[in-house]
Amino acid sequence: MSALVVKDLTKSFGGLRVTRGVNLDVAEGERHLILGPNGAGKTTLFNLITGDFLPDSGSVMLQGRDITRAPARQRAHLGLGRTYQIITLFGRDTILRNVTLAALGLSLRRWNPFVNLDAQADLEASAMAALARVGLSHAAHRLLGETSYGERRRVEIAMALVQAPKVLLLDEPFAGLSVDERRDVQKLLMSMPRDITMVMIEHDMDVALDFADRITLLNFGEVVVQGTRAEIVADPRTREVYLGS
Amino acid sequence: MKRRLPSMTAALVVVAAMATLPLWLANTYYINVASQILFWAIFALGLNVLVGYAGLTSLGHAALFAMSGYTAAIVVTAGGAHLLGAVAAIAMTVATAAVFAVLALRATGIGFLMITLALGQIVWGIAYRWAALTNGDNGINFKTRPQPFGIDLTSAPAFYYAVLLVFLTAVMTMAVFVRSPLGAAVRGTRDQPRRMTALGYNVWLVRFAAFLLSGFWTAVAGLLFLYYNQFISPQVAALQTSAEALLMVISGGTATILGPIAGAAIVVVMKTVVSAYVERWNMVLGIIFVLIISFMPDGLVPGISRLVRSMWPQRRSNVTGERAAKAASEARP
Repeated sequence: MSALVVKDLTKSFGGLRVTRGVNLDVAEGERHLILGPNGAGKTTLFNLITGDFLPDSGSVMLQGRDITRAPARQRAHLGLGRTYQIITLFGRDTILRNVTLAALGLSLRRWNPFVNLDAQADLEASAMAALARVGLSHAAHRLLGETSYGERRRVEIAMALVQAPKVLLLDEPFAGLSVDERRDVQKLLMSMPRDITMVMIEHDMDVALDFADRITLLNFGEVVVQGTRAEIVADPRTREVYLGS
Repeated sequence: MKRRLPSMTAALVVVAAMATLPLWLANTYYINVASQILFWAIFALGLNVLVGYAGLTSLGHAALFAMSGYTAAIVVTAGGAHLLGAVAAIAMTVATAAVFAVLALRATGIGFLMITLALGQIVWGIAYRWAALTNGDNGINFKTRPQPFGIDLTSAPAFYYAVLLVFLTAVMTMAVFVRSPLGAAVRGTRDQPRRMTALGYNVWLVRFAAFLLSGFWTAVAGLLFLYYNQFISPQVAALQTSAEALLMVISGGTATILGPIAGAAIVVVMKTVVSAYVERWNMVLGIIFVLIISFMPDGLVPGISRLVRSMWPQRRSNVTGERAAKAASEARP
């Protein structure tokens, strides 16, 4: 069964059609890369998959279940996780609290006004485990405002991982990182177990191509070419999109 | 535990001082001022749930405050028992808060502010114009204070103790709420609503819950206001009451527990004590507010706390260092 299937997804903002009949079929455990120049509609495609936007037409299936009209919050409960291109974290809290809040999001305890969140040992333990996976357990009690950009990227990933997503959407996880930080995050993503299906948007071809099993190239909201890394690199349309020749 | 000892000691000293206040403050007038500070503080704490923790500034809370007072006054005047009046007041106010929430939570920011303002004005208009029910501009006289468990609350100290009990309950409830998962969720929806949705939270419902909690404590404060004044009129539902409560929250410090209490103390002291000596007490209150906002934009309590931290930076860095060392040792295999 496919982990994520997108069929004929179309979205317009006013007169501007930003996604035109996009099709995507991502197998379980696959690492799928979405490539494309600025304005190609990559982040819009992610927003349609996560439910931030509702499509004008088309459908989104998560592990065989139609989630096209499901609210965004429900998709998280069904196993869809994401990170953001622009980091959106809780700056006044510690790193641990950020990740605990993510763990809490899938627990019914999120409605409890009577217990102390800090006393929820299991949530904290799972948050610490996620931080250990991204190499941040030593900084767990540091305020987010006192962390580097690279650490924040890793916090984003830890927040996604603590929810044990079946499908994880990574929106430019290397954006704004130094060479060393980029290498660390790359190593981290490569080490993820195959029970998590990953779909990543990335501009940096050198980093991203190593990651991908299959690639979809978008331009002007349309799928230009889809295939394996070798197929994409060899396809003249890839060159045309990126070099304009 | 060791780190919390000074703050726990300070809290115990303050509670002890409050508990013995009628003993060392023999003047009935000042005991009444203290009672007023406490029920206004409960109102401000309730409003702070929305303004501070949920990031939703309401200018319609006076309507909820008055709704509670009017409901109890109408029920008791019609021959109902005090307990029935109190229960009806809280139920009616929370129900009104739910209606307000459904309408106002369609927006955030200035939109939310304007919707709550409009809803508040509607309730004020009803209180003013529906004279058959509310006695219009003349208001409703509330003849007797309740006598819970047979305790007479007529005297200033007795009423003070009753209000203090409710106030301490409100503070403790608020402290528990702030540290709870729901409290964390409410703050999360204030800071990153989109992210919270992606994490599986129902942002609207979290805000709705915050509105109801806010409405509940506003109702309690409204009841105490009625019991204290034994009178309620449309003026209680007016925009000025909402603005004063908001002033209490902002000047004391939003998203803190002590802030609204400090803010309530400032405003009530200005209105009741300073106004006896200074004719233009409103101007003094305005100047104090401008000074607080200029020098402590986060409010009095966070401002003073920052000032204290800057005076003793060593203590803070030690605490941070201790935490980091503890985390590192826990992380080690």
